[in-house]
Formats: sequence, structure tokens, C-alpha cells
Amino acid sequence: MDYVKLINCMRCGMCLPHCPTYKETFLETASPRGRVALIRKLQEGELDQSERLLEYLSLCLDCQACASACPCGVNAGELVAEFTCERKSDTGLGFMEDLILRKLVPHPDRLETSLAPLRLYQNSGLQKLVRTLGVLKMFPKPLDRMEGLLPPLPARSLRQEIREVTPAVGVERGKVGFFLGCVMSLIFSDASRATIRLLSALGYTVITPKNQVCCGAPNMLGGDLAGLKDAARTNIDIFGGYDVDFIVTDCGGCGAELKKYGHHLDGYAQAEEFSAKVRDISQVLALHAKELCTLLKPLDKTVTYHDPCHIAHCQGIRKEPRDLLKLIPGLIYQELETADACCGSAGTYNIAKPEMSDRILQRKLDTVRASGAEILVTSNPGCLLQLKKGLADQLPGIRLMHLTEVLSESMNSHAE
Amino acid sequence: MVEWSPFMQPAFIKELQAIVGEQYTLSDRESLAVYGYDSTPELESSPGVVLLPGTGEEISRIMRLCHGAGISVTPRGSGTNLSGGSLSAGGVVVQTSRLNRIIEVDEENLTAMVEPGVITSALHREVEARGLFYPPDPGSMNISTMGGNVAENSGGLRGLKYGVTADYVMGLETVLADGDLLRTGGKVVKDVAGYSLNPLLVSSEGTLGFFTGITVKLIPKPKGKITMLAHFPVLQDAALAVSAIIAAKVIPATLEFLDKVTIKCVEDYAHVGLPLDVDAVLLIEVDGHPVVIAEEAAAVAEICKKHRCSFFQTAKDADEALKLATARRTALSALARLKPTTILEDATVPRSCIAAMLQVIQASAKKHNVTIGTFGHAGDGNLHPTCLTDERDQDEIRRAHAAFAEIFDAAIAMGGTITGEHGVGLAKKKYLPKLVGESGIRVMRGIKQAFDPKGILNPGKIF
Repeated sequence: MDYVKLINCMRCGMCLPHCPTYKETFLETASPRGRVALIRKLQEGELDQSERLLEYLSLCLDCQACASACPCGVNAGELVAEFTCERKSDTGLGFMEDLILRKLVPHPDRLETSLAPLRLYQNSGLQKLVRTLGVLKMFPKPLDRMEGLLPPLPARSLRQEIREVTPAVGVERGKVGFFLGCVMSLIFSDASRATIRLLSALGYTVITPKNQVCCGAPNMLGGDLAGLKDAARTNIDIFGGYDVDFIVTDCGGCGAELKKYGHHLDGYAQAEEFSAKVRDISQVLALHAKELCTLLKPLDKTVTYHDPCHIAHCQGIRKEPRDLLKLIPGLIYQELETADACCGSAGTYNIAKPEMSDRILQRKLDTVRASGAEILVTSNPGCLLQLKKGLADQLPGIRLMHLTEVLSESMNSHAE
Repeated sequence: MVEWSPFMQPAFIKELQAIVGEQYTLSDRESLAVYGYDSTPELESSPGVVLLPGTGEEISRIMRLCHGAGISVTPRGSGTNLSGGSLSAGGVVVQTSRLNRIIEVDEENLTAMVEPGVITSALHREVEARGLFYPPDPGSMNISTMGGNVAENSGGLRGLKYGVTADYVMGLETVLADGDLLRTGGKVVKDVAGYSLNPLLVSSEGTLGFFTGITVKLIPKPKGKITMLAHFPVLQDAALAVSAIIAAKVIPATLEFLDKVTIKCVEDYAHVGLPLDVDAVLLIEVDGHPVVIAEEAAAVAEICKKHRCSFFQTAKDADEALKLATARRTALSALARLKPTTILEDATVPRSCIAAMLQVIQASAKKHNVTIGTFGHAGDGNLHPTCLTDERDQDEIRRAHAAFAEIFDAAIAMGGTITGEHGVGLAKKKYLPKLVGESGIRVMRGIKQAFDPKGILNPGKIF
């Protein structure tokens, strides 16, 4: 790791009030400043790579709120992720990591097939039985946790159902490649359908290559940089085969990762070119606010927006989603307090660190309750999963929607 | 599992644990290593144990135990001290973050009572929601604690018109070295019973006692505020404009100065539209009754124009004003974008000497071949010359300190001081005798002796 990146932290503490785990614990070891210091002291030989040190670092959500707050340009979250990656490249992947990151995630077909038993589990009534009997309490905690987070799965993934080319409505304005995130396709297919519908309604021909693969974010999270680079090359080749104006995604996590392909494959010109074309859906829709206005019908609801870390902190997009919501006639937009604070989902953090994740989620739910909103909007599948569970448990009256679902509903709206 | 500190007897740590609980007793190597720093460059030393008590009563018991054992105690808030004041070499560090309750806002007496771990800006929000105002606003107010502010007598951007923390502390509850509680002052505006101990405790840097309760004065929140930004192609013109504004009997709430190096770094981070082609900007805020501030703003604009400002801008709304003020708060950290080690000082001079002081800073930087970015509270004479350096370049570090030694000498010669708001701590210890003389040190030692005969409270700081 680049030593200069570590000593650039001048320990001013500006990151502390923004770090979700520091806010919960007040511990220096659970703060961005402390994490950078731990890695630095490890590199300087003052500390060893102890279990405890790794445990401290593993509490980082990598939400990168610290990076947004840091005036000197240090990204503590990214440094921790990089450190994890470098360590894994030394120690190699574990058996399960190898199975999931190398044998499953890069192959959409296998990933989809692997969910078949889950679908069966939900549809056969077994889930109901399991939940009623509390059988999972007997299994390791993470399993119980995963089960609780999982919303009903659509019968088929969107990738299997969607047409490769969705034509523009009316005069074609341009062409976009649609990067369909794995979780969006498998679980939140309605949202991605809405995304395609909006793009097409605004005059874009939407190309969704069937052979695209996972963006590689799970590999990065698991410390498998080589796996990430493989995924990047595959996707760059596939999208390179189409002449598109933008590569659009409605998944914050994918967007953040796709925009970094150029950085990961340094010196590979096509990667730079690919990343330069990537847009979050809100960025493309915001270009056509005027046209969109003519399509939207009243939706008389109070709505608030939760900034996904991967959109606000990693991509710096805050204005567009809010501006888009405010276009909807009749809609009352209510800003959420500390809207850009992490919800505690953070990839698989909510499974790996359930207790901390719950505390962070609770803060988010408290602000949602205080906002008085009827609909909570966000645009990242991790947040959607986490918040869905949180709302179901505590605020069942509040609807949770992806940004494009709200816009699409307003296009249909029969003015309730 | 507890890992025992290399610096302290396990049996003693167990006794501390019995007071605050295992969860709040840190003695593993990793924790001790990261509690070895605060925001002061170049200084590090690991404590023997770190405690996070939850009540003032626990702090009393910690003090009593340490007093008996002759072990030192150093208070710490969020660890944003800029003079090494919250560092401990092998002793007990007590972090106040869990004592973070605003106990009371008394709207009849215009006071607030807080615990020491309350974040400064949290108090701002709480009182401003009730139309009240707590003016001290140190650059780090979003994370600094009230206990730390009192111990250091923190200033801030509004010092020019509203003064510093000391001007607002009315009452203190202080745990003394032996664990006994001392109550000084309270809600009364007038109080001449015995020595005035509040001002003595404020800015004592944790060497006289441990604050567990703080009562501060509040004032009505100003009705209006106008934020302005003036660009100056020539540095000296900006400095002269500062003196001219004050001479014209306008007292802005904020009168901040940023030089070219600082402007560039802040703009790189904050993107608020600061000019990159001028030598200096002044950020000026007047607050008060709308009619009065309109007049004051007009006067400020005229003075800036008279002093050859190339552009004068008035923030169009509260949002733009907030962005400008927030950008200014990031100045110190933003300077670290250029070079990793930023050595910041806060030499302060009578405000009529600002222009002369800026000349001294420039000359010293040139003479010792170092880059110094200067920003600060020009209106109250409190500048922050910040040397941009790299800790790996020992020669450059040596030159930086040589430049600062000259700057301090000049500040003292002008009737100023070596530190306006960051405290002496460890970092400025060697300059203090020059400023206060032998008699000054003797009196301070006598006071320390009276409060803490065993010398266990934050030892090694100030003198």
C-alpha cells in the first residue's frame, strides 16, 4: 500500500462525527482516523497483524462517509478495503470465498440456479413453517439473519425475461447500455423494469446484453482483486461491442464499481473509456427533467430520500435524485435528517456484524419515523434489503421504493 | 479477553475496570497505540490505559484511585487538541465522550448546563432551536467537546465580536486531584465571593481539575446575518482593510483571512467558488438587527473597495453563507492536501499589528525556505500560519521550527502571545517562559501546587 496515502491523514478528526461506528462506540479504533493509524503503524512495524487489529478494521462499513468529510482527501474506507485485498492476495481465498467469488458470482446462470432452492423454500410454504417454528434459531446466527433479510423472490430473474433491445418510444434520442445488477435482477426486478421503461419513454433505445456478468463488487469486498479484474475485462468487452452513449445502472453499488474500472485496470484504455460512460440512472434522467415533467402525473404523497453510500459518498451524487422526486406534481418532499448516513447494510456487513448493523439501522429508522414520510425512496439494492427488513419490523406503514419505481408509478398514476 | 497494558500493573487496571466496566477499559496494544495521538503533528506517546466513564461519579472514583496510587490522569474529549494536551505517557487517559448530555437549557436565566463530552455544535443546535445563541465556535466545533473547549479556552471564528469560551463559562463542577468535587460559580451574573476560580480553571488544560459539569451563558440569537467575501490581489491591502474596518467602529462577528495557498487548498476540497488568482480573501460576517447590519455591510463594502479589493460578493442566501463559512472551517485540514505534515501555529498579536505580522510570516518563510499558508481570525489578531512540510524530511522540519521561533519572537515583541486559542500543552512549552517570564512561571507553579500537590493531573503540560 502506498505509504503517502497513510501519512496524508493529519488526524484532525473531521471524519469522526460522520463515521457510523465511531458515533456508536466513541472508540478511536472504530474511527476512520484510527483505522488509518492502525494500518500505518502496522506498516511501520509498531503493531503486528494481530487478530484484534483485523477485528478492529473489520468493523469498518466502507461507507466512505469519512472520505466525503475529509478535507485532505484521505479515503479511510477505501484504504481499509485495499488493505484487506492486499492481505487476501497474500493469504489466498478461503474455500467458501473461492466457491462464492470465483465459481458462483461471475456466472449469472449458476447464480440464478443457486437461488432456485430458496424460491422453492419460499413458495412451498416451508418458509412460513420455518418462521413459525423458529427452527433457524438452532442454526448459526448468520443463516437466521440472511433468512430474515430476504424478501419474496420474483419467479424468474429479470435477466432471463428482459429483451436484449428495448426500443425507444417515439423519436430515438440515443442508445444506452443497461448494466443490470445481480441483486436488482434477482430480487428487485420491478425497479429495473421501471428503469428501462423510463429510459425508453425518454427516447433511449435500451440495450441489456444478456451475457454481462457481475460488476465485481463482491470480489472487491471479499478481497479478491483478481476476480474483480476478470469481471471488469468481461464487461468491458461485452459493452464495447455496442455503440452506446451511456452505460446506465440503477444499482448504486454497481455504478460505483463500474466507474472504478479505469482505476483498477490502470493503463487499459478501453477501461477508462468504459468508466467514463457509466452513469447512475438519476444522472441520465436529470438531463431530461423537462421532458420527464410532461410524463409525470400527480402523486399526493410525502416522500423522503435515503442517500446510498455508494451513490452519495462514492459517486458524489446527491442533487439529482432529490431534483427528480421534486418534479412529481403533488409530491411533498421531506428531507431526511443525516440522509447520507449509512443504513448499516454495507454489502454483507449486516450478516457479518449484525449487532453493529442493527444499531446503525435503528438510527436510520428513527430519522425516517421523524420525517413523517409515507414513502421512503432509495436506489441501491443493499439499502433496499436492509430498510425493507427494518420498516417491516418497526414502521410497517411506510412504503419503500426505488427511485425509478416512484417515477414510474407517477407516470401511471391514476391520482389516488 | 483483556490484554494487559505493557505500561501498567494488571491489578491496578482491574480496579479501574471495577469502576467503569470492562467494555469501557481499553488496555490492548492496538487501542493504546491509537490513543497515542491527537491532532498535534509530530507528537505521540501511548497511554497505559484508556477509560470511558459514563458518569461524573465514576470520574471522581477514578481520580481517588489514581491519587492514592500516584498515577497520572489526562482528560481527553474527541482528541482534536492542537498542542499535545490530551496525550499521556503511560498514564490513565479518561475520554469524556459518553458524558454527552445537555442537562438543562434555562430560558429564564439564559444558561445551559452540559456534561463535558457534549459536542460544541450539538449545543449550538439545541439552543438555537430556542432562539438562543452560544457564540464560541472553534474550527473543529462539529467534533470538539465542551470539556475540551473549556480546558483550552477555545476561540473560534466569532471571537472578534463575541469573545471566547472563557467569556461564557459561568459555573463549573470540577473533580479535584483527590477525587473531591469543587463547585465554582453558577447561574448568577454577579458573584464576588472569594477568588474568581472559574477563569483560573478555564484554560487550565486539564492540569488543575477534571470538569464534570459546565454552565455557560447564552445570549439571544442575532436576528439577521450578512456574509460577504472580498478578493484582494495584494496581500497587504487585505490586512490594511481589516484594521480599517475595526477603526471604522464596525465589529463584524467574523473577519477571516485566507491567503493564496490556503484559498487553493480549500477550493480544491469545497468547490465554493473561491478565486484562485488573488493573494488573499476576507470572509466577513456581520450579525444583529437587520437595519444595523445593512448599514454595517455597506460600510464594510466601501472600506474593502477603498483598499483595492478586486471583487466583492454578498452571499445571496443562508445556504451560500453557510457554504462559505464551512469551507473556511476546513482550511487547516485542506492544507494537508499539498503536503502530509501541517505544522500549525496560533501566534496572536494586537489587531492593529496584523499587517506587520503578515510581513514577518512571509519574510520568515522565505528566509528558511519553507512554504507557509496563512489563514485565521484576522479581526482578533489571531492568525494561523501553517507550515506545509513532510515529516520524513528532517531538515525541512528543522527549518519550519526555526521559522516559527522567529514568528513567536516577533509576536511577543509586538505585545502579542505565543498561543491565542490552542493552548501551550507540550508543543509550546519552551516558548512560555519567554512570554510570561520567571515570575509568571513561579506563580503558575504555585497554583498547580495548590490544586494538585502530587502532580498527577495531566503532568508535563504547560510548564
